[in-house]
Amino acid sequence: MLFLMISCKNLQFSYSSQKRFKFPDINCADNETLLILGQSGKGKTTLLHLMALLLKPESGEINIAGNLVSNFPSGEITKVRAKNIGIIYQRPHFTNALSVMDNILLPNYFASVKQDKDRAVYLAEQLGFGEHLSKKTNQLSQGEQQRVSIARALMNNPKVILADEPTSSLDDNNCQKVIELLRTQSRLIGASLVVVTHDKRLKDEFTNQVFL
Amino acid sequence: MNLFKISIANLKEKKLNSFLSALLLTLGIGMISLLLLLNKQLDEQFRRNIRGIDMVVGAKGSPLQLILSSIYQIDAPTGNIPLSEVNGLKRNPFVKNVIPLSMGDNYHGFRIVGTSAKYPEHFQAKVGLGKLFQESMEVTLGSKAAAESGLKMGDTFESAHGLDAGGDKHGDKKYKVTGIFDATGSVIDQLILTSLSSVWDIHEHAEEHVPAGTEEEHAGEHHEEEKQVTSALIQFRSPMGMLTLPRQINENTSMQAALPSIEINRLFSLLGVGIETLRSLAIIIITIAGVSVFISLYNSLKERKYEMALMLSMGATRTRLFFMLLFEGLMLAVIGYVAGIALSRLGLYAFSKSAEQDFHYSLKEFGLLPEEIYLFAAAIGIGLLAAALPSLGIYKLNISRTLAEE
Repeated sequence: MLFLMISCKNLQFSYSSQKRFKFPDINCADNETLLILGQSGKGKTTLLHLMALLLKPESGEINIAGNLVSNFPSGEITKVRAKNIGIIYQRPHFTNALSVMDNILLPNYFASVKQDKDRAVYLAEQLGFGEHLSKKTNQLSQGEQQRVSIARALMNNPKVILADEPTSSLDDNNCQKVIELLRTQSRLIGASLVVVTHDKRLKDEFTNQVFL
Repeated sequence: MNLFKISIANLKEKKLNSFLSALLLTLGIGMISLLLLLNKQLDEQFRRNIRGIDMVVGAKGSPLQLILSSIYQIDAPTGNIPLSEVNGLKRNPFVKNVIPLSMGDNYHGFRIVGTSAKYPEHFQAKVGLGKLFQESMEVTLGSKAAAESGLKMGDTFESAHGLDAGGDKHGDKKYKVTGIFDATGSVIDQLILTSLSSVWDIHEHAEEHVPAGTEEEHAGEHHEEEKQVTSALIQFRSPMGMLTLPRQINENTSMQAALPSIEINRLFSLLGVGIETLRSLAIIIITIAGVSVFISLYNSLKERKYEMALMLSMGATRTRLFFMLLFEGLMLAVIGYVAGIALSRLGLYAFSKSAEQDFHYSLKEFGLLPEEIYLFAAAIGIGLLAAALPSLGIYKLNISRTLAEE
């Protein structure tokens, strides 16, 4: 029996009476990858936010590392998310007043763990933006910014990495590169990787797939 | 990396906004602080010099002018009064002390005042160097007059007529410095004191040199019965004097009697209108400063909505972020306060320079007043209030929706 790092059962959510979503069950094992494919409007971002514990489902359950987190009180939920989930959003966003290094350290700070500068430097080198650490984030190219987002998501050694449309705005070449990066890095820290996207190019990259 | 660092980084990022808010606060606080400083110093200086003097008599005219010229040595005297009438006051049962003053000449802008030993005695002036004037034409210098005129013990000098340095010189008779007073913190410091007879001698001498053909028959006479002085400072034996004496003098003699405390209060109430206006202006400026802080933070928050949502998703609590935002407003308030206090000291310095030049009064105390501590509390209060209002928005932020918006 595979240990499921993250799984969702009977998830339902609605924004209004017109906008209701019922999601298929999701299962991703420890150190495995999962692709969730769907057209626009099918609730991809909603599902990602539910899995990231940013939204509370109307019904159904979410399990992370064996804990029924969807029932936790909201303070606990925040802590679970901070320590165990790394999120990579579709467009890179940062605290513009701070440097790249400080931005990467933020997840440590807000999760109340020691700020690991060495790890930040290591990840920066691995991801190819080592010499930009003291710059402001808006001085980097979009590709570099995206890699900074990836580094940021990895800082707390999360158990689950959720990526929202990581390749949608990239050309084929960079699409390949980014997916490789994500896979390598999550394998290195032993995290489960879940990618939510409408980019059909990724169909061949993942064995586990779910369609919305 | 901590919340303080983030706050300060945000203030630096929005340099122009932060600058404007801080500038407005600086201006408002600077104005109020300057008013407080000036008020205190003027009050002190004015009150210090009228202590112990119950009434001033002099030539008829404006009572305020009489007080200003005779007690503060500002403004011109109202005229002269006969010595005989002044001496008459000495016999009045209500009068304890009469200090006659004779003014009209100066040396390099420092007034030469003919008087009796009672005048320096009243201000508890001690002669630091040499001795008090005794013979005619001997002078004792006030500490500031000595320091700035360059006169030393034993020097002789000519006085100039009038109260400005540019008057005609009385070339014939020279004064001699026989003593210098220690600093008293009162009007004595800026005066040159001599005996009453010196002033009469100088002006008689001037009369003797009137060219032939004009009033020859008066040349050489001493007009003893018509000896005049400028004014006299009076101390009462009992407060009852205030009830009857001034009216008696005003109605029955050629002199007028002015009561210092009444005239000074009137002066302050006239000044008060000006001060009230400035104070209202300062309060308006500070209010606008508060509004500026509010607007600055409000806009900043709108722009940073995604950042806030991001930090919340990373584990920041809303209260923590609320305090971070409050801290930004607080920083602006502190910067504004410190700069305002510094600015007011600069203003006081400039004021003081011109007061020195014109009136020989120094307004030099730069220490922190207790009222300025309250001002600090007010500045902090304004900063916090202006920052709290937009920052409360953090509690209404929908994380998921904000992060989903691109």
